[in-house]
Amino acid sequence: MSDTESNPIRDAIAEAIAEHDTILFMKGTPEAPACGFSARTVAMLQSLEAPFAAVDILPDPRIRQELSAISGWPTIPQLFVGGELVGGCDILTEMYESGELAETLGLDERESGPAEPVANGVQSSGLTQIENRLG
Amino acid sequence: MPTAEEIKQRIEAAIPGAQAEVEDYTGGGDHFRATVLSPAFAGRSRIEQHKLVYGVFGDEIGGAIHALSLKTQTPQEPGVPHAEGQAIAGGEQHAAAAT
Repeated sequence: MSDTESNPIRDAIAEAIAEHDTILFMKGTPEAPACGFSARTVAMLQSLEAPFAAVDILPDPRIRQELSAISGWPTIPQLFVGGELVGGCDILTEMYESGELAETLGLDERESGPAEPVANGVQSSGLTQIENRLG
Repeated sequence: MPTAEEIKQRIEAAIPGAQAEVEDYTGGGDHFRATVLSPAFAGRSRIEQHKLVYGVFGDEIGGAIHALSLKTQTPQEPGVPHAEGQAIAGGEQHAAAAT
């Protein structure tokens, strides 16, 4: 790659999507969602007792910009499972009601191993560092 | 800022065969809810269907249109034998036609 100008935010986002089986990009945090759509999405995941990583896109407008460049999706929240965009609030709501969401999250065959605790912010370095730097 | 009527018209103009119902659900001119039916959605995932609609508005999503909630469907027309995804109830008919 001859592009010497790095895009650390895009790289950190791509890395987070690859590292976490289920990751939600949202406004605010699961404990304190900042918008109704994000709140509803968190509530659905929590009611399914699905473990997920969460990234607050609010600290830096570039996060949302780079995320949309990666996913081709213009709105927040965005849920990725297994590295793929599953959808935003509308799609997830339909899937939740039909049972497809539980299936997509692999909850039907949940293993008895320790569940990843619902994360308040992504533990991977890139995005957390960016948020801290700007916070 | 667009009105619900404008949004409806733009969707219907841009997506083949689309019928849209659009509601401004806060009355503030920037939070909309749209239900869109179109045969163009057939065979596409929900994500692809929604991207088709969002694509009509480009950068306006998140800007002038702060929120656009979507429900997309292919029209379910009873009596259309080749409708995408329709269960083939007339199995015998198929076998007969294959002779």
